[in-house]
Amino acid sequence: MKDTEGYMTADGRQIGGVLMELRNITLRFGGVVAINDISFDIREGEIRAIIGPNGAGKSSMLNIISGFYTPSEGELWYQGAKRPPMKPYEVARMGVARTFQNIALFEGMSVLDNVMTGRLTHMTAGIASQALWWGRARDEEIANRAVVEKVIDFLEIQRIRKTPVGRLPYGLKKRVELARALAAEPSILLLDEPMAGMNVEEKEDMSRFILDVNDEFGTTICLIEHDMGVVMDLSDRVVVMDYGKKIGDGAPDEVRGNQDVIDAYLGVPH
Amino acid sequence: MAYMSEGAEGLRSIPALLKRNVSQFGGKPAYREKEFGIWQSWTWEETSAEIEALALGLLNLGVNRGDYVAVIGRNRPTLYWSIVAAQMCGAIPVPLYQDAVAEEMEYVLDHCGARFVVAADQEQVDKVIEIQDDLHQFEHMIYVDPRGMRKYDHRTLHEFSHVQEQGRAARDEFMAELEARRGSLGYDDTCVMLYTSGTTGKPKGVVLSNRNIIETAKASSEFDHLGPGEEVLAYLPMAWVGDFIFSIGQAYWTGFCVNCPESADTMMTDLREIAPSYYFAPPRVFETQLTQIMIRMEDASPLKRRMFHHFMAHARRVGPRILDGKPVGAWDRAKYALGEWLVYGPLKNTLGFSRVRVGYTAGEAIGPEIFDFYRALGINLKQLYGQTEASVFITQQPDHEVRPDTVGVPSPGVELRIDESGEVFYRSPGVFVEYYKNVDSTADTKDPEGWVATGDAGFIEEGSGHLRIIDRAKDVGKMADGALFAPKYVENKLKFYPNILEAVVFGAGRDRCCAFINIDLTAVGNWAERNNIAYGSYQELAGHPQVLDMIEGHVEETNASIAEDEMLSGCQVHRFLVLHKELDADDGELTRTRKVRRKIIGEKFADLVTALYDGSESIYTETEVTYEDGRKGKIRATLEIRDAKVVPVAPRAAVAAE
Repeated sequence: MKDTEGYMTADGRQIGGVLMELRNITLRFGGVVAINDISFDIREGEIRAIIGPNGAGKSSMLNIISGFYTPSEGELWYQGAKRPPMKPYEVARMGVARTFQNIALFEGMSVLDNVMTGRLTHMTAGIASQALWWGRARDEEIANRAVVEKVIDFLEIQRIRKTPVGRLPYGLKKRVELARALAAEPSILLLDEPMAGMNVEEKEDMSRFILDVNDEFGTTICLIEHDMGVVMDLSDRVVVMDYGKKIGDGAPDEVRGNQDVIDAYLGVPH
Repeated sequence: MAYMSEGAEGLRSIPALLKRNVSQFGGKPAYREKEFGIWQSWTWEETSAEIEALALGLLNLGVNRGDYVAVIGRNRPTLYWSIVAAQMCGAIPVPLYQDAVAEEMEYVLDHCGARFVVAADQEQVDKVIEIQDDLHQFEHMIYVDPRGMRKYDHRTLHEFSHVQEQGRAARDEFMAELEARRGSLGYDDTCVMLYTSGTTGKPKGVVLSNRNIIETAKASSEFDHLGPGEEVLAYLPMAWVGDFIFSIGQAYWTGFCVNCPESADTMMTDLREIAPSYYFAPPRVFETQLTQIMIRMEDASPLKRRMFHHFMAHARRVGPRILDGKPVGAWDRAKYALGEWLVYGPLKNTLGFSRVRVGYTAGEAIGPEIFDFYRALGINLKQLYGQTEASVFITQQPDHEVRPDTVGVPSPGVELRIDESGEVFYRSPGVFVEYYKNVDSTADTKDPEGWVATGDAGFIEEGSGHLRIIDRAKDVGKMADGALFAPKYVENKLKFYPNILEAVVFGAGRDRCCAFINIDLTAVGNWAERNNIAYGSYQELAGHPQVLDMIEGHVEETNASIAEDEMLSGCQVHRFLVLHKELDADDGELTRTRKVRRKIIGEKFADLVTALYDGSESIYTETEVTYEDGRKGKIRATLEIRDAKVVPVAPRAAVAAE
């Protein structure tokens, strides 16, 4: 590890050492280079944003972190060790949870059941024990339910606990998705456009929950977001991508003043 | 029942009652709260231990005898404990309305000079911090829910559980002092101070003594044979006297269990899970529930809908008679029993009313149609009439003597008197001590002999001895032609329609009545959806011509019904408009208990009132609104004014002249 010192944020939070480091990541789909030689790190306890215009490769980056894509070149270091190529469920077991750009919940299941699926990685009881509802399966479910209820309480969704997800409005579905990710008790939480399509009030709520999650549980958060106001207010450090390249990295204020970033967003002739 | 025969003597305070409950019902649940999806419960023994720890913690923080301790938040066991712990320390608890904005809180906190505040969560803490610089006596704040509070300055801020821990640690040091303070609580010491919601002017601090609360709790518990086995759901504002009497007074007197919902949003689910045996709600709650039933029945399958309407019609005819124990034919009884099995039972179960033995509605007059609906289902819903100044009870309806048009007979120990002008006066052991720091108002309301003016006009019905309230004394007026004008009566009739949330009728001193109508967004929105009517906002829906047509129909039906009452037939609504915004307590149009502030509305919308009477067909208006976070904004609208058909009434000169 290069450094384990960390830094202090403007609002007085202590950020720890490097939790995850991406070194020279390149991702190709046939001839298309989606991500071109990008390196950055995510530190413990920080809110790290990835921004960039459409097609910049942000979601691909998140998919690499979550193990959905394997990088064509480059290394991913997590908790001080190089991570070998893994299946997404193996990555999830290592404490990485995510939400999706397009909501991916089980529409016919209740909110409670959906959030419970976030605990799957913590369940080990065998199929027989589960079916008979006896012994380890029962103890496990009770313990898992307790975690889930804390999350439900935290995100203030008690009222819809038993409501099928299909009947909920969009903003609430987003919150349920966050709940499911939180139920996994991740050490790093990936949020793919958590506020897309929300109105101002819903955005305010979601921002508050993201900050609260970070503050209460100390969860490291890596998020992709298009709303610049939200990104600049929420995040501690920002990575800016354009056409698969990294064009900026630093505190929100630094990034905002970066000429390449301004060009990428306002558009210049290429 | 043995526990009641002890008499009030010897049990002179709420902490004394707590001690008795520990010895009599020690292992029985005293409080329940749904938390993390599970009902957590505390027995009387555990409750006593929690309260004692908190009281010791308060002594540790320096609470003196006679200090005021404000309590702000939704109904939670911890906040009820705070009230009793404050009393134990000889301090006076002052519960506040949790939805009050910062300025309203500032007035009350400053007026009572609270040194301590117990706040439920960050939201309430923030409000107090916002105003604390202007509160000269304020010193310490205790919060229950630590969420989001980590970064706050903790010099004068304390977490509830820490205060309790410190209390437990300092037990040896302070126990003797606590015992001394607890022992010295007298029957005429202040039990609680409650601020009136203030339909007129600033809130007034009503001082209620231990005698007021305990005597009232005792009398009213005996009246309805309440026992330690009752279950109640505490969901009404803690600052309201009703909640204090039910959740503290009667609960400590009889030892029953107080259940607190998980959050305000989950109240209906929690109600169903608890299925209280003793239930209390203002008319508004019953109106909302009825609206929801009707909406859901509209969406039900045709068979279910027909079954519902068929059996409800039958229930309305015979249900109240069966409940009152009056003779009903065998065939009707059999059909009612079938209805109970098919419709009423499942409906009551859905509403959480399966086990209600005694239900009360008060705070405002309830529409007779709404009242009869619940009675018809076999729910023993009764009316009571009360005030903060009376520790709630003035009159209440005994079982089997329930009628929608009266508020019952005087509660045990209450004397009633009607003066020449028709205003109702009462005297009882529950009559308040005084308005805090307000000698003039106290003298205006309570005469030296202890008679208190209610401000309501009414009469005692001959034969039954029941009290009938006509209206607020100052609202009841005469119209220009001398006919009686009772706005509440008309408004309640209008509010029976699920589509109408609120109505304000004008007409005092005028030649005819006109009304403001507020639509019910849930009901009208649902109707709009079914009829493919698109709308973008509340305002747009409220001004939609088809909505106006529908409301016009309701107003005309109401007029026909009013015309049947000889005394009040002059109160038919000639013209009306549908308001572009919902009347709101944040804008001062309603009290925190959601009563209409007639005068303020009349002044605020003076332009609209003028338009109602000058014959114009539409009016442009701008209204200032306050958002939940205290910011202000303006909404503009052009409102259409409609004429409603009235039923011609033959002039009854003889009646009007009497």
